[in-house]
Amino acid sequence: MDQLFNRKYIIQGLFVLLALTLLGRLFYIQVASDKYFLDANNNALRKKFIYPARGVITDRNGQVLAQNQPTYDLMVTPNEVKPFDTLSLCNIIGITMEDFRKKFHKAVVQSRYQASIFQKLLSVQTYATLQERMANFKGFEVQKRTIRYYPDSIGGQFLGYIREANQREIEKHQGYYKPGDYIGKSGIEKQYEVDLRGTKGVRNMLYNAHNVAQGSYADGKFDSLAVSGEQLTTTIDVEIQKLGEQLLNNKVGSIVAIEPATGEVLAFVSSPGYDPNMMVGRETGNNYMKIFSNPYRPFFIRPLKGRYSPGSAFKPLSALIALQEGLINENTTFNCPGYYQVGRTRFKCEHVDGNIALKRGIARSCNTYFWSIFEKEMMKKGRKNQHKAYDEWQEKVRKFGIGDTLGVDFPGESAYKLFRAEDYTKRYSKYWNYGTILSVGIGQGEITTTPLQMANIMAIIANKGYYIKPHLVKGIGSDKRIDPKYKEKHYVGVDARHFGPVIDGMQDAVNSPIGTARESMIPNILMCGKTGTVQNTHGKNHSVFIGFAPRDNPKIAIAVIVENGGYGGAYAAPIASFITEKYLTDSLKGRRINGATVEQYKADNLLPVLKDKIPKQKPKVDTSKVDTTKKTAPLKTTVASNTFNKTAIAPKSNATTE
Amino acid sequence: MQQQNNRFFFNVDWITILIYMALCAVGFINIFSVQYDPDKSEAFSFAAEYGKQLIFIISGLILGLSILLLDSKFFSVFAPVVYGITIILLITVLVVGRNVGGNQAWIPLGSFRLQPSEFAKFGTALLLARYISTFNLKLNTFKPIIICAAIIVLPMALIMLQPDAGSMLVFLSFMFPLYREGLPGNLLIIFWGAVLLFILNLFVTPSLLIISILIIGGLFAYNTRKRVQKVINVGVITAIAICYLFVAKYIFENVLKPHQRTRIELILGLTSDNRGAGYNVIQSKIAIGAGQLTGRGFLEGTQTKYDYVPAQSTDFIFSTIGEEWGFAGCFVVIGLYVFLLLRILNMAERQRSVFSRVYGYSIACILFFHVFINIGMTIGIMPVIGIPLPFISYGGSSLWSFTILLFIFLKLDSNRMGFI
Repeated sequence: MDQLFNRKYIIQGLFVLLALTLLGRLFYIQVASDKYFLDANNNALRKKFIYPARGVITDRNGQVLAQNQPTYDLMVTPNEVKPFDTLSLCNIIGITMEDFRKKFHKAVVQSRYQASIFQKLLSVQTYATLQERMANFKGFEVQKRTIRYYPDSIGGQFLGYIREANQREIEKHQGYYKPGDYIGKSGIEKQYEVDLRGTKGVRNMLYNAHNVAQGSYADGKFDSLAVSGEQLTTTIDVEIQKLGEQLLNNKVGSIVAIEPATGEVLAFVSSPGYDPNMMVGRETGNNYMKIFSNPYRPFFIRPLKGRYSPGSAFKPLSALIALQEGLINENTTFNCPGYYQVGRTRFKCEHVDGNIALKRGIARSCNTYFWSIFEKEMMKKGRKNQHKAYDEWQEKVRKFGIGDTLGVDFPGESAYKLFRAEDYTKRYSKYWNYGTILSVGIGQGEITTTPLQMANIMAIIANKGYYIKPHLVKGIGSDKRIDPKYKEKHYVGVDARHFGPVIDGMQDAVNSPIGTARESMIPNILMCGKTGTVQNTHGKNHSVFIGFAPRDNPKIAIAVIVENGGYGGAYAAPIASFITEKYLTDSLKGRRINGATVEQYKADNLLPVLKDKIPKQKPKVDTSKVDTTKKTAPLKTTVASNTFNKTAIAPKSNATTE
Repeated sequence: MQQQNNRFFFNVDWITILIYMALCAVGFINIFSVQYDPDKSEAFSFAAEYGKQLIFIISGLILGLSILLLDSKFFSVFAPVVYGITIILLITVLVVGRNVGGNQAWIPLGSFRLQPSEFAKFGTALLLARYISTFNLKLNTFKPIIICAAIIVLPMALIMLQPDAGSMLVFLSFMFPLYREGLPGNLLIIFWGAVLLFILNLFVTPSLLIISILIIGGLFAYNTRKRVQKVINVGVITAIAICYLFVAKYIFENVLKPHQRTRIELILGLTSDNRGAGYNVIQSKIAIGAGQLTGRGFLEGTQTKYDYVPAQSTDFIFSTIGEEWGFAGCFVVIGLYVFLLLRILNMAERQRSVFSRVYGYSIACILFFHVFINIGMTIGIMPVIGIPLPFISYGGSSLWSFTILLFIFLKLDSNRMGFI
């Protein structure tokens, strides 16, 4: 052994060190990192998806609102494509060679080994032609899937639409969707996406490096069948929904009808609307842009987002709170000299009634009467404590579902703020009193509501003191499941006995000669209601009606808003009357209101003329529904000369003050 | 005669033979797995690779055992002859060789093909051992170093003509036995320093590299400023290093073949190519990574079963081990190698004759070079230079040559007390 013997250890050390390097790297690849394991599965394992049929949506009586029709997508797996007659394929599916190259490149970018969509939504004819020659186009295959079809073409905004999921949605749903899959984008389709979509079936196929299928993975142990989406029974009544859409044709506005006992929404009309069939098929993109650029904003879901002062519709609520507090009773009278005086300022009332009691106050919609109640409310703790009194009062108003969302099962419900005392202090500093905010007492000023909230207030009165959260789906699946929160009663804190006089007043408003809502009277049915005429700084007043019927055991509570429709009796009340009659008796006897038939109401055009938009733009894009022959409207006098600024139709500006 | 035989088998290191057989078995099992096709439930076939490998293993074992029967003096005496034969074979292959995959490395022999570069390894090892064992040789003097270098470089040059860079590089491992026998450590440092500079040259901008070399040189010069001669030495080395940079750049860009450049660039991460030369490595890494801790199980690896890894029974056999047997399997295999190699080194140190010791070091280093580069390339830390994994990769030439290498040493070891 010589002095070089020590070099043995250097060489041995080198061996061990390098071997440890290998092991360290192996440990990282095999144990510490998951990446390669997943890559191996991506290599060999291809998931073939089987698309289930989307759930059918029906109305409350089982009539189909949205169903499925088959369509065909041409899929391509770039790696399997062999040279072929490109031109003939282009001709069959009707694209140019340029398109072909682009689409093929897109498919290659997505994946060489996985099939991706080459051409979407082939017609049945194209499919038939293509199918005969499919053998010539190696690497292409046709995948069947279903798209929506809406037999009645109604309820566009209510039903919503489905489109391809975008990147954000794909990430949000953690792997269920892949590019090209459809997802509910709005309305019921979005809200109940998980129930409607069903579950995709999966076949796990193994492929070798030459991309030849090697059979199913683990003998199909992890495969699954497609589970169809569940049927959705909505609360909508197709007949009155259709009638409502027709009546609001060529008008801006909305109708919400609720079954008071259940909170089920019977009609959900937002006008202008669009034919849901426009959002299906290959023209979807163009149609979407058409609807989107329509200045009357058909995508704006007015029943949930429209912002209106409740106006006179608020008066019964104000009376109820005062009755409950004992500030008034049904016989309390106030004097209406035609105005209401605060300090030296006189606020005008529409009429001179002298001494009137509650019932007549409601029937006549007397501003003075309700201002007087509001003064009592604010003064009940003394002149100094008006802010505190206001805060107590607005808390009670909130119980009626104002100032927040109602929690309807529909995406995008707006919550419009109800002012608290501190908000007023912020605005006016601390020197404000009931006189400053007098308009609130008659449902104007800072109080704003959606049509749904207005209808819900009517449901509360019809129920004499409670409501069930309005909802649009009656049941999911064959067992008609429903979220239990849509069965809970929400009491508003007013005893049932106080509702009598208020309902009497509303009955008189419709049915007595002195009433303001006589246009909504229905023969043989006791309708209770109120009209509202919401002033609008930009133009003609909005016509509003709220009510319920029949008086005993009410079946329907309704709110109708027709923007720029004039006074409440001009459009809103007649429309409510027609819908209620249709719902309760299932027929419309050729009645005339204000001398006009239902057909004439349907035909009236109240769309504001837009200054800065091309006037030729058709307000409702669905041509089949646009009535181009303008009949003379019975009541309309100045419609054509209405030249509003475009902002007139922007909902926020509709909240008006006196 | 009988008695002599008994003593002879008693002296043979049976543990090494057991490890050898274990590694051969690992090879057979994994080659079987690569070949196995679940859809074709054929009977065992000697035409398939696993069948041939079984033949190679058995014949290799017979070959090895017959080597044990030779006289130990034979190897020392005939070392120049063996070396000469392998050199002749290396020349022959350039004339009559069959071109497989761009390399003219194979001599067809009936249904088998012979790869002379595999056999050149033990030829060189024998001659090197014979030369170094010359009495009173000092390996820190000029002439012996040149002669050793000549013995090594001659087969390297012939192999390079095929061209088979991978097999050629294996001969670099002879540096370590020389080091053990007294080759100055500085030479090794200079050599590997040059390799390091070559690699850095591809990464780093030349100006930056030159500045850093100047700074390092300056520091050394400052350290030795009291002795003028040393300062001059440092200056010369620095100047040579800088010149070398340009030469290296030139060699890389003009001498190396494009596929060799690509591979070097790939391994250094300068380029990425998922479908070309990088494909093997990516698929191999995926296969190994898919094994995770305990592996997917025998015949269950999808990467292996469905042919995702090219050359999987030969150069990339380790990816099968990684996928089907997991980290545990890799650990066992690498453990077997390390145990075998350390054992060979220890056995080499117990030899009385320099010849046996040098030979032992040579084969340990050759084997280690193969193992490290081969496994390293399957997991992407070494360039893909296409050399087999000893005893495991499919192929008769490589298995036989490794067997011969090992069993010659076992024979020498069994006679360790004698003089050669």
